Amino acid sequence: MASWPLLSFTTFLPLAGVALILLFCRGNTPDVVRNVRYVALWTTVITFVLSLFIWFNFDPRNPGYQLVEKAEWIPEFGISYHMGVDGISMLFVILSTFLMPLCILSSWEAVQTRVKEYMIAFLVLETLMVGMFCALDFVLFYMFFEGVLIPMFLIIGVWGGARRVYAAFKFFLYTLLGSVLMLLAILAMYFAAGTTDIPTITATHFPRNMQLWLWLAFFASFAVKVPMWPVHTWLPDAHVEAPTAGSVILAGVLLKMGGYGFLRFNIPMLPEATEYFAPMVYALSIVAVIYTSLVALAQEDMKKLIAYSSVAHMGFVTIGMFALNQQGIEGSIFTMLSHGIVSGALFLCVGVVYDRLHTREIARYGGLVKNMPKYAVVFLFMTMASVGLPGTSGFVGEFLVLLGAFRDNTWVAFLAATGLILGPAYALWLFRRVVYGKLVKADVRAMFDLNTREVAIFLPLIVVVLWMGVYPNSFLNVTSASVGQLIQTYQTKLAAAQGGADVSVAAR
Amino acid sequence: MEVLVVFLPLLAFLVAGSIALFGGPKAEPAHAGGHGHHDHHGHDHGHGHDAHAHDEHHDDGHDDHHVVAGPPTVGDRAAQFVTTGAVLLSAVLSWVLFFDVAVGGHPRTIELMSWMRSGGLDVSWALRVDQLTAVMLVVVNTVSSMVHLYSIGYMAEDPQKPRFMGYLSLFTFAMLMLVTADNLVQLFFGWEGVGLASYLLINFWYEKPSANNAAIKAFLVNRVGDFGFVLGIFAIFVLTGSVQFDAIFAKAPELVGQKLHFLSWNVDALTVTCLLLFIGAMGKSAQLGLHTWLPDAMEGPTPVSALIHAATMVTAGVFMVCRLSPVFEYAPTALEIVAVVGALTAFVAATIGFTQFDIKRVIAYSTMSQLGYMFFAAGVSAYGAAMFHLFTHAFFKALLFLGAGSVIHALHHEQDMRNMGGVWRKIPFTYAVMWIGNLALAGLPFFAGYYSKDMILEAAFASASPVGKFAFALGIAAALLTAFYSWRLLFMTFHGKPRMEKSVFDHAHESPIVMLIPLAVLAVGALFAGFGFHELFIGHSMEHFWGKTILVLADNNSIEAAHHHTPGWVKLAPLVVGLIGIALAYIMYMAIPGLPEKVATTFRGVHQFLYNKWYFDELYDRLFVRTAKYLGYGLWKSGDGAVIDGVGPDGIAAVTRDVAARASRLQSGYVYHYAFAMVIGVVLLVAWLSVFG
Repeated sequence: MASWPLLSFTTFLPLAGVALILLFCRGNTPDVVRNVRYVALWTTVITFVLSLFIWFNFDPRNPGYQLVEKAEWIPEFGISYHMGVDGISMLFVILSTFLMPLCILSSWEAVQTRVKEYMIAFLVLETLMVGMFCALDFVLFYMFFEGVLIPMFLIIGVWGGARRVYAAFKFFLYTLLGSVLMLLAILAMYFAAGTTDIPTITATHFPRNMQLWLWLAFFASFAVKVPMWPVHTWLPDAHVEAPTAGSVILAGVLLKMGGYGFLRFNIPMLPEATEYFAPMVYALSIVAVIYTSLVALAQEDMKKLIAYSSVAHMGFVTIGMFALNQQGIEGSIFTMLSHGIVSGALFLCVGVVYDRLHTREIARYGGLVKNMPKYAVVFLFMTMASVGLPGTSGFVGEFLVLLGAFRDNTWVAFLAATGLILGPAYALWLFRRVVYGKLVKADVRAMFDLNTREVAIFLPLIVVVLWMGVYPNSFLNVTSASVGQLIQTYQTKLAAAQGGADVSVAAR
Repeated sequence: MEVLVVFLPLLAFLVAGSIALFGGPKAEPAHAGGHGHHDHHGHDHGHGHDAHAHDEHHDDGHDDHHVVAGPPTVGDRAAQFVTTGAVLLSAVLSWVLFFDVAVGGHPRTIELMSWMRSGGLDVSWALRVDQLTAVMLVVVNTVSSMVHLYSIGYMAEDPQKPRFMGYLSLFTFAMLMLVTADNLVQLFFGWEGVGLASYLLINFWYEKPSANNAAIKAFLVNRVGDFGFVLGIFAIFVLTGSVQFDAIFAKAPELVGQKLHFLSWNVDALTVTCLLLFIGAMGKSAQLGLHTWLPDAMEGPTPVSALIHAATMVTAGVFMVCRLSPVFEYAPTALEIVAVVGALTAFVAATIGFTQFDIKRVIAYSTMSQLGYMFFAAGVSAYGAAMFHLFTHAFFKALLFLGAGSVIHALHHEQDMRNMGGVWRKIPFTYAVMWIGNLALAGLPFFAGYYSKDMILEAAFASASPVGKFAFALGIAAALLTAFYSWRLLFMTFHGKPRMEKSVFDHAHESPIVMLIPLAVLAVGALFAGFGFHELFIGHSMEHFWGKTILVLADNNSIEAAHHHTPGWVKLAPLVVGLIGIALAYIMYMAIPGLPEKVATTFRGVHQFLYNKWYFDELYDRLFVRTAKYLGYGLWKSGDGAVIDGVGPDGIAAVTRDVAARASRLQSGYVYHYAFAMVIGVVLLVAWLSVFG
C-alpha cells in the first residue's frame, strides 16, 4: 500500500464531506438539514473504515514510521509535506476517527440551530486532528496543532452554554501563551538543525542549556493541553459550556495532543532536559491527581465533575510517561486511549440526561435507575471503567502506569495510587446522586430510557472498553516496539551526553 | 470442566441481566393505580403464604419498596431457573473436582489466553485448580447454589428478581475467578469483581439512602485495602520479575534478607511486600481498622449477607494469605503482625457483637471475629487450620444468616431483636437450624467449629511465634464472648415473651420449602464438615492433602506442634469458656430478664463505648470524610477560584477589561484574535525563514 497515500486520504476525506455539504445542501429546510446530517455521518463512518486500513497495514514489529508520504513543499527552507505513523501515533488516529461518527450521532437531535455550520466545524476538526497525529514536519504539525483550536472555539462559542464567553476567553489566554512559546522553540530548533523534518530533528543533538529552554517552551504548550495542574482551570469551564459532542472531542482527543507532544518531542528530542525536569512533572502530576480528585468531590455540576476527573486521569498519564520505562509509557498511551473512550462516554451519558431535562445540576436528578435502567447500566459500566475496574480498559492503563512509576520511584507510585481511593469516591458519589435514591421529582420521572440511536452510540463504546480490558494485547502490541525504541533513543542519547560532559544531573 | 465451573455463572449472569433489562413489562405496578391487574391471579398461583404478605408493611424501613410484585413472571422464573441451575451444576462439578484434585492429588492449571504483555510483564488469563483452589471452589459454589435457591423464596415479594439473581451469579463468577487465579493480577480481577458485586448487592434496594451510603462505604474502604494490595503486587514484580505464582514462589527463598528501597527507607523487602499485600486482605476481610464497612453492608438483602459477607468474599483475604504462604513464610515479622491484627480483630469484634440489637449486625460482628481467628491462625503458620476454619465457618455462618433471614421473613422484615421473642414454636425448623449453627459457631464438641476453632487456638498456643500466646489469650476471651452473644441471640429471638405487635406474631410463619432446603443442606454442613474433613485438612497427613499449595517451614509448623505438645487444659479451655458463655447468657436473658439493663446502666461508659462500636465510624468520619469534603470545597473555591484563576486568566482579564471594555461581541472577537495570532505566527515563521534560511 506504500503507493497509495492512505494517511492523506484519511486526513482529508472529511474535507470532501465539507465540500459535499457546501455544494449540494443549500437552504434551511428540514430535508436539507437531514441531508447534512447524513452526509456528515457517512463521511465520518467512511473515514473510520478507511483509517482501519492504516491499522491493517501497520506492522507492529517495525518501531519506525510507516505508511510514510513525503513531498517537497518549500524546499528552500527544508519544509516538506511529510506524513507517517508509528506505534505511538497510530492508535490516536483510530481513536479520533472512531469517536467522530458517534459525535455526529449524538448531535442528531441535540443540535437544531445552524446544523450545516456545526457539521462542517466537526468535519474540519477531524481533518485537523488526524493530520496532527500524522504530521512529521514541524510546520505541518504546527498548523494542524493550532488549527484544531479554531473549530473547537467555534463549537464552544456558537453552540455552547450561557457562559461561553468566559470559557472561550480562558481557553484563549492559556493556549495562546503556550503556542507562542512553542513556535519560538520550533524556530530555534530549525536554526540548529536546518530542517523542520521531525525524524531528522529527533536525531539531532542539542546542547544541554538549549535543551532546557526548548523543553520548557514545549512544556508550556503541551501542559496547557493535557492539562496539568495548575494550568487546568480552563478545562472545567470549556467542558461545561461546550455542547456534548464538543466535550467528547475535547476530552477524547484534544487533551491527548498534549500527551502526544511530550512523547513525540520532549522525550526523544530533549532527553537531558527531560531527565532534569522529570521530578517537576511528577510533582505537578501528583498534585493534579490528589488536588483535582478532591475538587471533583465538591462539584455540583455533572460536567464539571467529569472534567475535573479528566485532569486527575491525565495526571496518571504524565506520571507514566516520565517514569520512562516500558510499562510506564505504554501504560500512559493506553490510559490516554482508554480515557478518550471512557470520558467521552461519560460526557455522552451527561448529554443523554441533559437532552431530556436541560440541566447539569446533580441535585436536580435522582432515582433514574427506576425509569432508565438501560441508561443506569451504561453509566455504571463507564463509571467502573473510569475508576479502573479490572476487565475494563481503565484498569490496564492505570495498572501499567503505576507499575512503571513504582519501578522508578516508590513515592510517586504511593502518592499517585491514592487516586485508587479518591477516584471511586467522586465517581460513585456522582452516580449515587444521579441514578440511585428515590424517584420523586415529576419531571425526572417523566424521562424515558435510551432510544435506539443512543444505544447505537453506546454499544461500540462498551465493546471497545471491554476489548481493551480483557485483551489489551491488541493495543499493547502496536505500541510496544515504538515505545521500546523511544526509550532506547532516550537512554542512548542520555548516556552519550553524560559520558562526555558532567554527570552531575544524574542524581534523581 | 474447570472452564464450565467458572464460566457457567457468568453465562447465567448475562442471561439474567438481559432478562432484567429487556424482559418486557416488569412485574412492577406503580404506587398510584395500575395495581389491579397483578393481584387478581395472585391467589390461585399456589403461593398462598406469600399472598398475605402483600398487605401494608411498606413503612417498616427495611423493605421500603412501595411496590410489591405480583406472582413471578415468565422472565422471573426463567432467570431464577437459569441462575440457580447453572450454579447448582457448577457446585456439583466443584465437588467432582474436589475429589479429583484435592483428595486424589491432581492439581492442574489451564491457560486460557494472554491478558497483557508489556516489557517484562506477562499476565495470563488462567484457571489454576490445585488443592487450595479446590477447597474454595467447593465452599463458594455450595454456599452460592444454596443461596440462589433460598433467594427464590426470600425475594418472592421483590419486583426485581432477575436483577437480584443476576447479581448473585455475577458475584459467583468473580469469586471463582479470584480463587482460580494463577497470578496476582487475575486475583486482583476477581478481588475487584466481587467488590463490584458486593457494591451492587448492598445497594440492591437503591431507594434507601442508608443502602446507598453503605454500598459506597464498602467500595471505598475496600479500595483503601486495594491501595496496599496493588503496591504489594508492584513490589513483588520488582523483586521477582513476575506476577505468576509459581515464579514468585520459586524466587521467594532467595529474597530473604534483601532490602527494598520503599518510600524513603531501606526496608526488608519481603516484610514490606507481605504487609502491603496484607493491607489488601484486611480491607476485603474486614480486619480491625478497615472493618467499618462490614456491619453497614448488612443493608443488603439477607441472602447477600450470607453469601458475600459471611461465607465467601470476606474470606478472600484469608485465602490470599494462605495462597501466598510460600512468601509469607519467609517474612516472620509480617506474620507476627498478621497474627496480632487477627487476634485483636477477633476480640474487638466479639466485644461489639454482644451489645448490638440488630440480629444481622450481631452475626456480622461474629463473622468479623471469626475472620480474625483465621488470620491469627495464618499468622502462626497454621494455614491448614485457617483454611479449615474458613471451610467450616462458611457452612455454619451461611446457615446462621439464612436462618436469621428466615426469622426476618417470618416477622415481616423485623430485624431488631428487641422486637422479637417467643416465636420458637411458630418456626420450629428455623429454630432448630439456628441451634445447630450456634453450636457449631461456639465450637461445642463434634459440631463443625469445634474441630477448626480448637485447632486454631491450640496451634496459637503451641506455636513458636512470639505472639502465639497473646493470640491464644485473646482467642479464648473472644470464644467466651462468642458463646455469650450466640445464646443471647437465640434467647432474645426465640424465647421469652413475644415483644412484637400481636398481628405480626399471629402472622409469623415458617418459610417456604425452597428456603428450608438450603437451611437443611447447610445444617448438614455445620454438623459434619468438621468431623468429616478434619483428618484431611489438619490431620497428621495434611501435608499430603495440601501438597505444594501450602508451605510451612519446619520451625514454624504449629499444627504439628499442637498435635504433640498441647497441655490438657489448653484443649479443654475453649469448651469451658464456651459453656460459661452460654450459662451467662442463660442467666441474663432467661433466668433474670432485668439483669442486662442493670449491667448496662452500671457500666454505662463501657457499654456505650462498645455499643457505639469503639467509635471507629465517628473517628473516620472526622478524620477522612469531613476533611476530604472540606479540602475539596476549599481547593475548588480558593485554590482554583481565588489563586489560579484570580492571578491567572481573571487577573489578566481584569486588566484587559479596562482596555477592551467596549468589545461587544467578545466571543467571536476572541476567535478572530486567535486566528489572527496564529496567522501572524505562521507569517513570522515564514518571514524569519526567508531572511535567515
